[in-house]
Formats: sequence, C-alpha cells, structure tokens
Amino acid sequence: MTIVNDAVDAVIVGLGWTGSIMSIELAKAGLKVRALESGPERTNAEHVYPKPADQLGYSVRQKVFAKASKAALTVRHDRSQTALPTRRWGAFKPGDGVGGAGVHWTAVLIRPTPTDLKLKTFADQAYKPGQLQDDLQIQDFPVSYDELEPHFDFFEKVCGASGATGNLRGQIQPGGDPFEGPRSNPYPMPPLQDTLNTTMFAGVAKKMGYHPFPNPSAAVSGPWTNPYGVQLAPCNYCGFCSDYFCLNYSKASPQTTILDAVKRMPNFSYRTDSHVIRVDLHDDRKTAKGVTYIDDKGQEVFQPANIVILASFQFNNVRLMLQSGIGAPYDPATGEGVVGRNYAFLSNGNATLFFKDKNFNPFVSAGPTGQMINDFSPGTFDAAPFGFIGGAKLHSSQAGGAPIGMSLPAGTPSWGAGWKKGIKDWYGHSMKISITTTCMSYRDNYLDLDPTYKDPYGQPLLRMTFDWKQNELKLQQFLRDKVLAIVKELGPDSYTESFLKPDAHWDTTSYISTHNVGGAVMGDTPKDSAINKYLQSWDVHNVFVPGGNAFPQNFQANPTDMLGALSYYSVKAITEQYIKKPGPLVAA
Amino acid sequence: MAVPNGASRRAFLMGSVFALPVAAIGMRFLGAAEAARLAAPAIESYQPVFFANDEWRFILAACDRLIPADDVGPGALEANVPVFIDQELNGSYGKADNWYMQGPFDPNAPALMGYQLPYTPQELYRRGIRAVDAYARQTYQKPFTDLDAKTRDDVLTKLQRNQIDFAAFEEPVLKASAFFGFLLTNTQEGYLSDPMYGGNRGMEAWKMIGFPGARASFLEWIGQHNVKYPLGPVSVLGERA
Repeated sequence: MTIVNDAVDAVIVGLGWTGSIMSIELAKAGLKVRALESGPERTNAEHVYPKPADQLGYSVRQKVFAKASKAALTVRHDRSQTALPTRRWGAFKPGDGVGGAGVHWTAVLIRPTPTDLKLKTFADQAYKPGQLQDDLQIQDFPVSYDELEPHFDFFEKVCGASGATGNLRGQIQPGGDPFEGPRSNPYPMPPLQDTLNTTMFAGVAKKMGYHPFPNPSAAVSGPWTNPYGVQLAPCNYCGFCSDYFCLNYSKASPQTTILDAVKRMPNFSYRTDSHVIRVDLHDDRKTAKGVTYIDDKGQEVFQPANIVILASFQFNNVRLMLQSGIGAPYDPATGEGVVGRNYAFLSNGNATLFFKDKNFNPFVSAGPTGQMINDFSPGTFDAAPFGFIGGAKLHSSQAGGAPIGMSLPAGTPSWGAGWKKGIKDWYGHSMKISITTTCMSYRDNYLDLDPTYKDPYGQPLLRMTFDWKQNELKLQQFLRDKVLAIVKELGPDSYTESFLKPDAHWDTTSYISTHNVGGAVMGDTPKDSAINKYLQSWDVHNVFVPGGNAFPQNFQANPTDMLGALSYYSVKAITEQYIKKPGPLVAA
Repeated sequence: MAVPNGASRRAFLMGSVFALPVAAIGMRFLGAAEAARLAAPAIESYQPVFFANDEWRFILAACDRLIPADDVGPGALEANVPVFIDQELNGSYGKADNWYMQGPFDPNAPALMGYQLPYTPQELYRRGIRAVDAYARQTYQKPFTDLDAKTRDDVLTKLQRNQIDFAAFEEPVLKASAFFGFLLTNTQEGYLSDPMYGGNRGMEAWKMIGFPGARASFLEWIGQHNVKYPLGPVSVLGERA
C-alpha cells in the first residue's frame, strides 16, 4: 500500500546544487518545501580532517559518489549496437547524497561567454553553409548572457568565487580573461595563489601572445561570508579536493553555502535515501500532482505537491521525464520528439611534462589550482578554415597530487623494479598542459530508456548513444598542435601526450569529466526543446527541470556556474510569476 | 620468533603461510618511523581472511615480483601489500557491492565498453589464481609459487600480454590480461594507499617518493616554488614516519 505524505507546495527531487538553490529560494518565498534525496545524508562532521585525506577511500573507491549498482546507465556508440551497462564508473562518475556532485567537485566556477550562449547565431554568421558537418544540431540558449548576469553574480557571491576579473562593465582588466562577458561586479575574492606549474605555464603563454588568467575558484582564497550568512574558511591547499569532501570548510558546496541556512527554516524539510521513481500526472497530463518515491525502508510513498522541481543529475532528470511521460521521447530516425534529444559530453586531452630538476609539490593544491587561456573559444579565434566549430579551455592545473595513478615518463616499466624506480625518480616532477573542450550536439547522440537492463527499483536504465564526431576530432588535432607548441617553449626533459586520434571512438573506461549535458534542453519552441527559458516543461507546466540537461550543447567552461545562474533565473520566475498565476510562462 | 632480513626474509615469508607470533617489542625505545612500521602487523603474523593458504602463497609470490625488494625502496612484501589485497577482497570491493552486476553479461564486449565480466573481484581472483597455477603445473610441473623469480616474471609478462590462454585451463571467460590488470592495480594501490588499509607499512613507500600523506595543510607552502618539501608523511590514524 502506498503511503501518502502531507502535501507540500513544492517538492524538490535531488538535493545537490540546483536542488539546494531551489529549496532555499522557494522556502524564502514562503512555500512549504520538501526535498527528496536518493542518496544518504552527507555532513561536514562525518568528513572532518583527516578523514578525506585518503586517496583510496575517496578517489579510488569513490566513497562520496553515486554507486553504479544503483545509478548505472547503459552506453553504446551507435544505434546498431546493443548498449551495455556502466558496471563501474569510467568516463564519468556522478554524485549522490546530500550535496550531490557539489561535495566532490573540482570547484572551477567559470561563466560561459556571451557567444557560447548564442552558438547557433554565431555559427550562422561565422561559417558558410556546408562548412560544418550536416548532422550538427546546435541551438542557441533561449537566454542571453545579459539576462543571466545578475544570477551569475549572485551565485558567485554564494560561493565566494575567487578569481581575477577580466571584464568589469565593459572595461578589460589586467590579469583576467579578456574574452569573458562583462561583469557587473568584480570577483568577490582574489584568485588562489599560484603553484610552480601555473607560473611556468602562464609565463610562456603570455610570451606567446595568449591571455592567461587564474582558474576561477569556488575554493575560497580568504574568509568569506555569503549572502545567506554562511561562512567559508580560507583554502589551505590540502591537496584533497576534486573527488573529496572538503576537510577545511573552504570549498563551496551545498553544505558549506546553503544547507545550513535552509535547514533552519521551518517550512523546509528533506528526506534522504528517498528515491523518486516517477512524477505522477493529473489525468489531463498538463500538470503533475506529485512524485512517488521508495523510502529508506523500501516502501512506496506518494508525495503530493503543487510544483515539482526535478533537480537530480542530468541523467536522472531525463530518465524521470521519460518514465513519467513528460514531453515526447526523441526519435533520432525521424528527428521528432524532444526528451533525450541533444545529449552532449566533452573531451579532454593533455601533455604531461617531466622535469627532473623541478619540485612541483603536487600535494600542495586546491582542486581549481591552475591558470588557463580562453584564446581558443568560439569567437576568440577563426576556426572556419579548419572545418570545425568549438574550442577549449587550455590550462595547466594541479588539482591534487596523491600518488596512486601518478604519471610516469614514456618507457617506464608498468611493474617490477623499473616501475618502483620510476615512481621514486618522478613523483612530484611532472606537470600537465590540458584541454577541456566543447562538445556539439548531433542528430544521433541521444538518450532513451534501455530495453533490457533495470535498476534495483525495477526501473529501466537510461541508455546513452554517443560517439565522437569528426568536428570534435578535428578540434582535438587543432588543439594538440597548440598544446605541443607550449610544451616546446617550456622545454621539459621529456613529455607524454594523450589526445584523441582522428579515428577515435569514445572510450567509456577512462575518466574524462562528469560534465554530461543535454537530453532535456531549454529552447524557444517545444519543437526543439523540452523546457522553456525558465526551465519549465512545455508539456506539464508545474514541472521545472534545472540541471545540465538544459544545455543544448556543451561549452568549454565548467558547467556549475551556469547551473547556479539558471537555477536562480528559474526560481525568480517561479516566485515572482508562476505562484501568482500558475500556467505556462512562455507561450508555446 | 626472529624474522630474517633481506632475501632470506622473503624466502622465509614465501615458505610459510601460517600465523606466527611476533616477539613483543618495547615501543618506547623506538623512533616514530619504527613505531609506525611496527604498528601494522608484520606479514608473517597475518592470517588471511579471504585467501585460502595456497592462494595466499600465490599472492605473496606474485606481489614479490610486481614490486620486488631492492635498495631503491621497500618491496610489496615489506610493505604488506598482500595484506591490503586480502582485506580489500574481503570487503565491499571484493564483493563488487558498488558495481552494477545484473545480467545479461557480454564478456566479449570491446575493451572500450569497460568491465563486462560476470565476476566479482573475489571470483576473479579465485579463477585467475587457479588458471595460472594450472598453467604453471603444466608448463613447469610446479605451482606458480614455487617458480624462481625469473620464471615468475616470465609468467607475469605472459599474463599481461594475454599470451596464456586461460580457456585451455577451464577458464573460458576470464582473460589472462584482465586478471593481471586487477592484480597489478590492487598491488600498486596497496603500496601507495594509507596504511589503515593494510599496505604501505610504515609509510615506507610514501617516504621513498616524497608524498607527505595526510598532512593536508599547506598554506605556508603554496608560495614556495621549486623547494623540496622537507617533512615526512603522516597517516589518517595519526602515525608519523
């Protein structure tokens, strides 16, 4: 028998970054809010020093990540193949539990550029017809940089963003990114301090005419009190950041910036180990009446709500829409339908440079430690002659230095006495120059429900059909040349490289990043998008879907700043317009 | 019971799998590093909780070659790496608790599709050890454990290159290279992870490479570029070396 909870004004599915933002802002507007988190409670008290200083537990065995046993999906390269489950995490590793991926992220907090948000418009201007591959399915975001700017600004204050301002109200500032969109205010905090690799990279990049700037960081460079009154402590460069719970209350996470404030509000409550299996719709299918979840005792519970916010990870938002019949499923054969359409990922690549006489002290770092250039982003250089659209953050970062899996020079034996000598000789003597690239959307890279594999709740796994396209492979080759030119200037004793070969297929086993996007994208019309500019379902108007699912394609910037800004933009529309007059906020 | 050092110590370890009492040593006369080393049980006093005796001897014999002892730094046996592997296999990792293990399985899937075997690490180790021993008995008329160092290296190299056909030893699904991959990965994990997991005894591997372990506070070091960090490691449980 289904248990029925007390009704709420808004139910939030997932208590990561977007769910936490939605929770506090809706609660501040006076709504009775309940968040349902599929994973466990995660508190700072459970992860105090020195517990997270444990590479095996946190990074290798993935202590604070989602478990594939519960959250796997199936993957394949094209529609002719049978998709197979991600039995353990490889190319990506999503989070779960309170705080979501926001507890173990690298904390690079960077905005997309104005061009990134209007990429289709840019492509139509910068490329001749036929110059780009014809299955490209890129679209503009239905919001402009200027519309989002106040929300980037606010979210960066929530996080205590630490960086070098590049464009202050149209005035280019020294030391920052000259290609960024104009900021209404400088970064709240100065950038993190540099490490040896970042100064070496920045020095050479500048000499070569590029515009290096410090990776914008949500690990704070000094003490910070955010707009909710929550305090963050100065980062101590502990070296356990990306993959780890912050042991120093320095990295912005839902826990360190929002949850302590919203938990004090009597109209907010949350449940952990509560796994939502569907959104329940009214008979007319135009509105939702709530959600059904499986609680920590395995019982089915119905949670009535006037507003449903799907704030789970991108994969799961798309899957819940497909399972619940919210929006038409995408069919790559006909191009019809929108849910599952425009899934995109990202690629990376790097050169590892070995210097016998330099001590990089890689264990001295914050997750975002690094310098980058934005000189190879859409609109900052002319890619048309090379036949691709896109770009990358090109950077030298030092996100952490724990030794399992360390880089070794070419020719080092993989085991035996030679391996041991290799790790002794080379630990701490290498640095990386890396690219993190855009990824376009294509007609046949998409998401749907798997016909075979089920999760422990009996629900079908999400199926991902994805492979590299010529556009991304050309981009990799172009950027490889740029990276190797920098390597040559730096003059290491030796280097190794890892870039996609021109005939590469997606390797599901080797970690790239968890910046999976699209599948329920935002857009101007219900023909090519699942949600409107306020992240509201075109079909079921009391369902809002903040998350990476909203991106029509992936830009080179890390996604979290955009997720935060979009969530604030959406919740403003909900509190100022929707709750006064429920209905579609944009005419279809 | 006294334990010999160096080569004879390894021979001693390989020769016995049974728990032996360790002489009680007064800790107060020892330096911090020595105390940390002794805080972990010596491998010869360790009774495996997952591996059967023959399997345990196999793991000792394999780890001894994957990270041999020499004057560069500790070998896998001195670092208690087999203890780490035994403990990991006995826990949630060995049981693949966090992996998606619902069928159907396609063990012939391309490598780019990742792990698709129907085996937990526990099962994989049992099957892999059995197949390698069957190969060694057929080829050398002895179990792997009893082979000399050079021959063990040859067998491990063949495993890595997938040049031993496990199917000929009643293991039609598991590939030699897949078993080797787990063995190597777990050996290196045990060598370089925090000693609370059973390996990296005395943090000797961290000392060798210059990793300070769980110190995790470097505000005073972030501005000091190209300066060798002077302090030894600490562990999560607070040992120093």
